[in-house]
Amino acid sequence: MTLLGSSPPRPDGAAKVGGTLRFGDDLPKEGLWYGATLRSPNPHARIRGLRWNPERAPKGAVCIIADDLPGPNGVQLLDDEWPVLAEGIVRHVGEPVAVVAAATMLAARQALGAIEVDYEPLEPTLDLSAAANQESLYTLELRSGQVEQELERAHLLVEGTYHTGYQEHIYIECQVMSAWWEADDKLVVEGSMQCPYFVHRSLIHVFGLPAERSVVKATPMGGGFGGKEDFPSVIALHAALLAKACDHPVRIAYDRHEDIIGTTKRHPSVVTHRAGVDAEGRLQAMEIEVVLDGGAYRTLSPVVLSRAVLHAAGPYRCPNVHIRGRVLRTHTPPNGAFRGFGAPQVQFAMERQMDRIGRCLGLDPLEIRLRNVLEEGDKLPTGQVMDESCSARLCLEKAARETDFQERWQHLEAKRRAPIDGESMQGVGLSLYFHGAGFTGNGERVLQSVVEAALLEDGRIEVRTAAVEMGQGCDTVLPMMAAEASGLRPEDVVLAPPDTSRVPDSGPSVASRTSMVVGSEVAHVVTEIRDRILDWWSNSQESGAAHTVEDGVVRRGNGESWPFRELARRYCETEDPLVVSRQHEPPEWQVFDEETYQGVAYPTYAFGADVVEVVVDPDTLEVRPRKVTAVCEVGRVLHERLCVGQVEGGTLQALGWGLMEEVKLEAGHYLNDRLATYIIPTIKDSPEMEVHLLERPWKGGAFGAKGVGELPMDGGAPAAVSAVENATGIEIDTIPATPERLLALTSAHRQVPSGPQDPKRGRRPGG
Amino acid sequence: MKFELVVNGNPVLIEGNPMDRLLDALRDKLDLMGTKEGCGEGECGACTVLMNGEPVLSCLLPLIQCEAAEIETVEGVATGEASAFLERFVSDGGVQCGACTPGIIVTAWALLRDNPHPTRQEVQAALAGNLCRCTGYEGIHRALGRGAADE
Amino acid sequence: MKAFAPRSLDEAMVRLTEDPDLRLLAGCTDLMVGEPEDRLGLPGVLDLRGLSELRRIEWHDDALEIGAVTPFSQIRDSPEVQKSFPALAEAASKIGGWQIQNRASLGGNMANASPAGDSLPVLLVLEAQVVLVGPEGTRTVPYREFHLGYRQTALGPGEIIGWVRLPKPPENAMQFFRKVGAREAQAISKVVVALLADVSDGRVSEYRLAAGSVAEVPLRLTEVEKAMVGRAAKAEIANLAGHLAAQAVRPIDDVRSTAEYRRFALEQVVRRMTLQLVRRVPE
Repeated sequence: MTLLGSSPPRPDGAAKVGGTLRFGDDLPKEGLWYGATLRSPNPHARIRGLRWNPERAPKGAVCIIADDLPGPNGVQLLDDEWPVLAEGIVRHVGEPVAVVAAATMLAARQALGAIEVDYEPLEPTLDLSAAANQESLYTLELRSGQVEQELERAHLLVEGTYHTGYQEHIYIECQVMSAWWEADDKLVVEGSMQCPYFVHRSLIHVFGLPAERSVVKATPMGGGFGGKEDFPSVIALHAALLAKACDHPVRIAYDRHEDIIGTTKRHPSVVTHRAGVDAEGRLQAMEIEVVLDGGAYRTLSPVVLSRAVLHAAGPYRCPNVHIRGRVLRTHTPPNGAFRGFGAPQVQFAMERQMDRIGRCLGLDPLEIRLRNVLEEGDKLPTGQVMDESCSARLCLEKAARETDFQERWQHLEAKRRAPIDGESMQGVGLSLYFHGAGFTGNGERVLQSVVEAALLEDGRIEVRTAAVEMGQGCDTVLPMMAAEASGLRPEDVVLAPPDTSRVPDSGPSVASRTSMVVGSEVAHVVTEIRDRILDWWSNSQESGAAHTVEDGVVRRGNGESWPFRELARRYCETEDPLVVSRQHEPPEWQVFDEETYQGVAYPTYAFGADVVEVVVDPDTLEVRPRKVTAVCEVGRVLHERLCVGQVEGGTLQALGWGLMEEVKLEAGHYLNDRLATYIIPTIKDSPEMEVHLLERPWKGGAFGAKGVGELPMDGGAPAAVSAVENATGIEIDTIPATPERLLALTSAHRQVPSGPQDPKRGRRPGG
Repeated sequence: MKFELVVNGNPVLIEGNPMDRLLDALRDKLDLMGTKEGCGEGECGACTVLMNGEPVLSCLLPLIQCEAAEIETVEGVATGEASAFLERFVSDGGVQCGACTPGIIVTAWALLRDNPHPTRQEVQAALAGNLCRCTGYEGIHRALGRGAADE
Repeated sequence: MKAFAPRSLDEAMVRLTEDPDLRLLAGCTDLMVGEPEDRLGLPGVLDLRGLSELRRIEWHDDALEIGAVTPFSQIRDSPEVQKSFPALAEAASKIGGWQIQNRASLGGNMANASPAGDSLPVLLVLEAQVVLVGPEGTRTVPYREFHLGYRQTALGPGEIIGWVRLPKPPENAMQFFRKVGAREAQAISKVVVALLADVSDGRVSEYRLAAGSVAEVPLRLTEVEKAMVGRAAKAEIANLAGHLAAQAVRPIDDVRSTAEYRRFALEQVVRRMTLQLVRRVPE
């Protein structure tokens, strides 16, 4: 009997519904001091003077500025360009200039008033158009075939420029970190984070500590979505610096306002497409330019750009592709990791472009996609040949069939052209998308993830990984995978807490990689422990006979059986401790050339297709998504309930990003800086969702699972916007598609073409 | 000042500023950490508690207005008759990260106590003040759609 | 900090007379938002929620009296309000979410005097009277004279908002309420519109229109009202009503919306309500 695909209750569920699970800010507060942060009010300024006046602060309060750092002033991510505290210059509003600690939160806030800063404002670069002429933070290029030549020869040239906005994570648990110093100058940091070893690396870097004298403990996270990939390293450093200075444990717990103004967001993007198609609508050549707003510092932007470039051409076949990517630097808060990691932005653009091409040729959204869909044997722009796990057509056809898409789209097109006053406008939209599973390019090879398993005295097996539970369900799925591989029961496996003093670096909990990469290694190490014990048992029995293990019970051919844990306990009584570790090796055929951007960027891809139905208020242009049908092919479903939950949750985040979530800036300040003004969907705004999971097991491991965390973030926005276009006829190239934006587009007469375009006119102008 | 109230059935005496938030008193003085702060301004519902049986936001509730009130937090709800509902809430996928969950459980239970078989619209009206960023709310609908008791 | 939670109106008046600086507390859904230093640094507070005179819904003469701290959930569910003042019941159901409706109140909405208060345009079209209780007794002020400017009211020192009186509306008049927000719940309105209107003998006989979030204070749109009363109740007048409404306001661009959109949404909503009026389509 297989466990995989079933839905046992998540082990953390009871504590979560009962309110007893302790998150980072719920941990005991004995002797704790509180940290607070002084932030720049200027987008760009020279710090002419910075003075701490302790006599004006509550007694005992401490303050740390850049000069006080014991080592390099840099958060160690891809490099250490991101300052821990501003030094000489501030480059965005909200940049930390100083941190203080005091015995109470109110005293810490008061202490901020004892710092004087003298700023000399400098000219800021506040948007992408201003940044375009300046040096980029990072650039990439990817080429296949003869693009210019084929664009010239194409039957029809279709151009478009597509814009996407910021997105704030709004994990319900804000960033929180505690730090203290123990005897022998040992630093301990504990809090909400996706990547304990990222934090660990930054602490070692700045404090110059030997690895073992820095201990990082990840608490269960109240949501991450990428927002706790990069930023926790910053707040951990602040807390550790303060703890050292005041000789107390220090906690920094951001409130929502501070979390919004102070932490990274999804990169805004501008993606420009030029596509040449033949008379049947088949893509002949594409030229794509991807521009991301990186904000003031590089953070993880180069890798975000990399994923963006690698997904920019979508799950479509096109022999000639040229993609250029740039991250520009602006004097705005740095943008960083967010579920999807660059792929949602470029796939929004690609999907809008496909709709536009279809309209230019009089083809509906399904037909234009069917003519171009990527299939087994086709090549991606990187030269990677799609294997049998390519399921784009399967998803597309299933989604269309389940929703009668084509018929309804045509019907609603006709209905739109004969509107009845007062009747709500209805629309249906389609998207097709894919998501590379695991780290990009050679990421996994560089990472050298290690997973360990150790036999405990009670006969259970402790699995040691740095994977962190943030709601996605790794604490449920990893033991299931171990059990599936070994014949043990999930409860025979216990997960060690993600604490760097207890677990090896199995890599960060990001990139939809935990099940696929960490899970497959967990399955191996647990199986190896099982084998070692079975060998020992066979030898000690002098039987030598083969044993089978099922459901935690070891059986011999003669009918004898023993609970595995009983044998394992006996093993512990007489033998040396048993610990097994294993380093992840990507398949040897996964080779990617970072210079030419050719090769296998991801060992496999998950695919999906969404159909979104919307209702648009004819008076106010308010858009309400009513139903989403999402078809996702994820290789192998490990836990059905959790997998569906990932799709449902990711889809709603995508709809929020596409329709409603917006950050406006004024002089470098976020205007939507509270939860009352940064609007995410409530349950009343959320559509009914129907999720269909398809399986095409991938041969590479993890029982065929491909990773599902980010995939659903890619499809919701373009499908929703396509539906709005179907309902209203307004041609939309920018999200969020708020009523204000729809009105502005209406005023600008941005309507979809009424029929096929004359190819002799050559092109459809971009937006 | 001192304030007398009943929390999860137990009389308690809380000393504090009349304008201290009930949220902080629950967490810092009574160690009831189930009640979460998600926004501190009445937008997210993570800090929902029942006050005399009605869901309210403890981040917007000053202690002076809690005098003599009966407060029920998620810890109180969870030890009561809600156990079948709570189990289903987990198995139906109503929980992912768990940060919004206590507030949702409290509000949902207040709904189910009055209306054991709510419609989808009634669920939406009741939970409109509780933001969840993980589930897309579908798992929550699944759990509430099956009513208060395990039938 | 001084803090009082009186059990009677008389006791409240004594406290307030002694100490006019006391901050009055109703549902606290606005006061508690913001920096902790502000609320903890108040000189003193006086909680009004224990006053039964301020927590009631009952008819007196020909007016429904609603206590200032009566929570919106009670207003929303009140059969009296639903029957005679459906626009107010509707507004109450659109404020915040369930938790906020259990605490927020008409008195709080009025005292805050925000341009976006959802109940305020309804009070304008219902021609509500505000009863203010002071040391010398009570005085009654029409609501439209109460809300003086951006976060400014006619509440005098030592006074509290006691209750509102809603005169029985004209028999058969239709009431409309529409809130346009960024989402379906937990939203601060971009535009909020209320209309009370009637048609008799084929002509518009009553037309009271008010809108919020389109100026510094919620407005009665008297130009539209004057233009509508007496007109033949035909669909054509709806466009005029919408157009005049859009002309009558001076909305702004801000974090929640744009002036262009607010004007547009107001025009369209007024048009739609007027169409429903002339067709006698209940909302």
